[in-house]
Amino acid sequence: MIKLKRYRFFFILLLGLLIITFMNQAIAIKTVQLTGKSILDMLFLLPPIFILVGLLDQWVKKETLIRYMGEKSGIYGVFFTLLLATIAAGPLYIAFPIAVLLLKKGASVRYIVFFLGAWSTVKLPVLVNEFTSFGLKFTLIHIFFGLVFYYLTGILFERMYSQQKLLKYDTTMEV
Amino acid sequence: MISGIFLYAIASIYLVISFIKDKFKTKTALLKSWNMFRNVLPDLLAIMLFIGLALSLLTPSLISSIIGENSGFLGIIYSTIIGSIALVPSFIVFPLGHTLVQNGAALPQVAVLMSTLMSVGLVTLTMEQKTFGRNFAYARNISSIIMSLLFALIIWVVMT
Repeated sequence: MIKLKRYRFFFILLLGLLIITFMNQAIAIKTVQLTGKSILDMLFLLPPIFILVGLLDQWVKKETLIRYMGEKSGIYGVFFTLLLATIAAGPLYIAFPIAVLLLKKGASVRYIVFFLGAWSTVKLPVLVNEFTSFGLKFTLIHIFFGLVFYYLTGILFERMYSQQKLLKYDTTMEV
Repeated sequence: MISGIFLYAIASIYLVISFIKDKFKTKTALLKSWNMFRNVLPDLLAIMLFIGLALSLLTPSLISSIIGENSGFLGIIYSTIIGSIALVPSFIVFPLGHTLVQNGAALPQVAVLMSTLMSVGLVTLTMEQKTFGRNFAYARNISSIIMSLLFALIIWVVMT
């Protein structure tokens, strides 16, 4: 019962789609095609990301991660965070459980904010796409402004939130 | 597609190494991965269906007419509102933005729309609150709106 409740938005939208089907079949068919394609894309991209995160959780020691993403990690923190954030595809909410795991392992709030910001700004798999559609100037402004902005936001948020305060909920546990 | 294969290759290699080294740890890791997947699945399905519905109901020409060359400041506001509804993956956002520009939408407005689509999500706010607490979730979304508006402003000044 609890499990079904978590799907309530999906079912409400499905009901909406059913109503649309009676009114305009062309729109309904287009919706099914678009949704089907993005769900397949996601199901294809997500398993390796989650497997890597699961392995990271088991194998990477807290001390190691603190060295790479902790408060005193400096320039390594920036590069390591960028690498983690830009290599994986997928929408930002996929990054939430990963961010929690990194926090749990001792990453500083600054790099978590930077991680989420970089995830929503730069995606290596679609960089070519942005470049060919909008040109070099647009892409470079987007990337550099975005990264600088979120790094500064990270410094600001680090003063506002403590690691422990953000760790109320563990997304790797069964709900 | 290539990056997907690349990710699968890395994940498989590490999985095999992990399994050889410690079967129990590998099992725990996979169980955690599975739980993470199951936790995001309901929201994932709902959001994908929501985007599918939105994209078929709102045609590119309709959106482009709202945020066209002469839409100005009001167009920026509309783009921010539309973009802030749901978090959309970048592989959908950039082709969509490209289609909008081709249909006559203005570049700064498309910039703010794309940027908010990727970073601001009201639909996922409950999920984000459960993860980081309400205060942080709101602050992060607000900071992303500010970033998107400043980004659009720069594009406006530099590229139009």
